[in-house]
Amino acid sequence: MFRYYLKLGTLSIRANPMLSALMVAAIAVGIGACMTIFTVRHVMSGNPIESKNDQLYHVQVDNWNPDDPYDEPDGAPVQVTYVDAKALFDAGRAFRQTTSFKTSRVVQPDGEDARPYQEDARATTADFFPMFEVPFLYGAAWDRSSDETQDHVVVLSRELNEKLYGGEDSVGRTLMLNDAAYRVSGVLDTWNPVPKYYDVNNNPFEAPAQLFLPFSLAIASGFDNNGNTSCWKPIEEGSGREGFLASECIWIQMWVELQNASAKQDYMDFLNAYVEEQKLLGRFPRPLNNHLRTPEEWMKYNEVVDEDVDVLLGLAILFLVVCLLNTIGLLLAKAMRRAKDTSLRRALGASRAELFKQHVIEAGMIGVAGGALGVVMTWFGLRGIENIFIEYEFIQHLVRMDWSMVALAVVLAIASALGAALYPTWRTCNITPASHLRLQ
Amino acid sequence: MLNMKNVSKIYRTDTVETHALREFSLTVEEGEFVSVTGPSGSGKTTFLNIAGLLEDLSDGTYELDGRDISKLNDKERSRVRNEKIGFIFQSFNLIPELNIFDNVDVPLRYRGFNAAERKRRIEQSIEMVGLGSRMQHLPAQLSGGQQQRVAIARALAGEPRFLLADEPTGNLDSQMADSVLDLLAEINAAGTTIIMVTHELGLADRARRNIFVRDGQVSDNAPELHLASMAAG
Ligand SMILES: Nc1ncnc2c1ncn2[C@@H]1O[C@H](COP(=O)(O)OP(=O)(O)OP(=O)(O)O)[C@@H](O)[C@H]1O
Ligand SMILES: [Mg+2]
Repeated sequence: MFRYYLKLGTLSIRANPMLSALMVAAIAVGIGACMTIFTVRHVMSGNPIESKNDQLYHVQVDNWNPDDPYDEPDGAPVQVTYVDAKALFDAGRAFRQTTSFKTSRVVQPDGEDARPYQEDARATTADFFPMFEVPFLYGAAWDRSSDETQDHVVVLSRELNEKLYGGEDSVGRTLMLNDAAYRVSGVLDTWNPVPKYYDVNNNPFEAPAQLFLPFSLAIASGFDNNGNTSCWKPIEEGSGREGFLASECIWIQMWVELQNASAKQDYMDFLNAYVEEQKLLGRFPRPLNNHLRTPEEWMKYNEVVDEDVDVLLGLAILFLVVCLLNTIGLLLAKAMRRAKDTSLRRALGASRAELFKQHVIEAGMIGVAGGALGVVMTWFGLRGIENIFIEYEFIQHLVRMDWSMVALAVVLAIASALGAALYPTWRTCNITPASHLRLQ
Repeated sequence: MLNMKNVSKIYRTDTVETHALREFSLTVEEGEFVSVTGPSGSGKTTFLNIAGLLEDLSDGTYELDGRDISKLNDKERSRVRNEKIGFIFQSFNLIPELNIFDNVDVPLRYRGFNAAERKRRIEQSIEMVGLGSRMQHLPAQLSGGQQQRVAIARALAGEPRFLLADEPTGNLDSQMADSVLDLLAEINAAGTTIIMVTHELGLADRARRNIFVRDGQVSDNAPELHLASMAAG
């Protein structure tokens, strides 16, 4: 019977091309609006490092103003000072640990008339790469020893390696950055975690850095911080770079890798002990307020997904509902048109259940068509979003639709069509068999 | 096979109640060919619709093959309609989007026959009404008489024991009407019970028994025709 009903559905759709097209369009537009926003939200709320979510922790210690919390009512600062970053890193109490900040370098490509230009860079430590499972195309990260010796080594993004060396294995070559010579130690494979969970303070949706350099070298050479800096205590006047490094200003992101719950507890104890010790030195005037947060907790804490996106999603769902109400109206109109066909089928022996099946399958077909067109609409919707936000590079990473989204769109469309078909179908099935056959 | 006792049917709208049938009693035996005549609005179609389980009755009892119809649920009624009863309507009621073959196929689909069995029955019944060469035509491509033959083929394909025809010749000229009647007589001779509503007395005369309906009741005073035999009392 299923194939018979598919055939009847096809005939009915062909017999009412205008009505059917309107229904498909209504569902497609509603699905398109919903899926566009949903896709954006889905990507924004993803966790690119889910597999290690229970091992990675962002470190927060509260060195803030005793009279004015960093974040009302008692939120700890979201970055750490250089003093704490260095002390915690040097203590080496975690399985892996990394401190990093956003900076930039002027790249001097090879060749006579190649013009130097600025690239985003990240000053970080050797553990950064294994901690965040950063994939390498060639070579590897620098050794942990380089974190202390301030070696001039650099890791390039795949993109930059293509630009500078045409995609060749450039490990061991020398790259000039701000007139200093660096040895290329590794080239990354494509790596573009969205959101950029390891540094959500500085736009979680921007493209990742093109260059990675040792943190110690960046500090020693006085690289500027291109990310956010927040201070609550004035820096001693005239103290210069040294004063800034010694200050209570926060600007560094610190992460640790802890392999199990007891390691996490130990590290927390260590943090608390560290802060208690600092208190004796007159720092950390606030009550103990240290936190270790997983990437997921960290992104939630920082509201990486803007509330506006949820509002938009709500509106899109409402829009879908309106489209479905419209579809219900169209289905009712269609049911009226075919009342005679329906009552004839009843007279010839179709039970209510059989008629129900017939109409549900037909609605399902409309749903599949609406879903397919909805996927196309979603594609256009995402291109539209891309165009609206063309100046934001990060949007380019957002607007990808994977197969699970396509499947979801189609499933949602079918469910919508079936939902919309329920009432009209119920009406149809309750037509008395004789009612439309009397014609005298 | 059909036994109606004191059946009444009331149509209610907001303002009026119409007693389409009142105290309607009738028995029809297996193999009979019964014609039903009567003035317009007397309740002939209503009677046929109730006999064919297309409508519920308001009061009284109706037994078909000894089974009380009011006790059947929707699925069982649909099954009875599908297997035991064939309908022929005045206005043919073919499905315009389906060709002749597929129109005749409709009741067989609900019957659950396999494809080979359906094909055999469809072809056989379409051949029987003399339209073997027109199976792929759409209803609109046939004359009225031919369309009514398709409707008869559709009614016969399931080999029902009971054929209900509501003015089957009403839309046909007399020559075509005659040939449809010939067909019905042939079917009846093969054992199918037939009840046919008509207002053409000439045609009614060809049935073996005539019933006259007036004001929703079987009337004893059948004008110009042999007396309607009242069965159940
Ligand atoms: N669905 C309905 N709602 C209200 N009244 C109805 C309905 N169907 C039939 N009637 C009324 O019931 C009565 C009997 O109608 P029915 O169609 O059975 O008459 P008929 O004998 O078949 O007439 P005709 O020869 O004109 O076909 C009529 O008065 C008609 O108006
Ligand atoms: Mg009538």
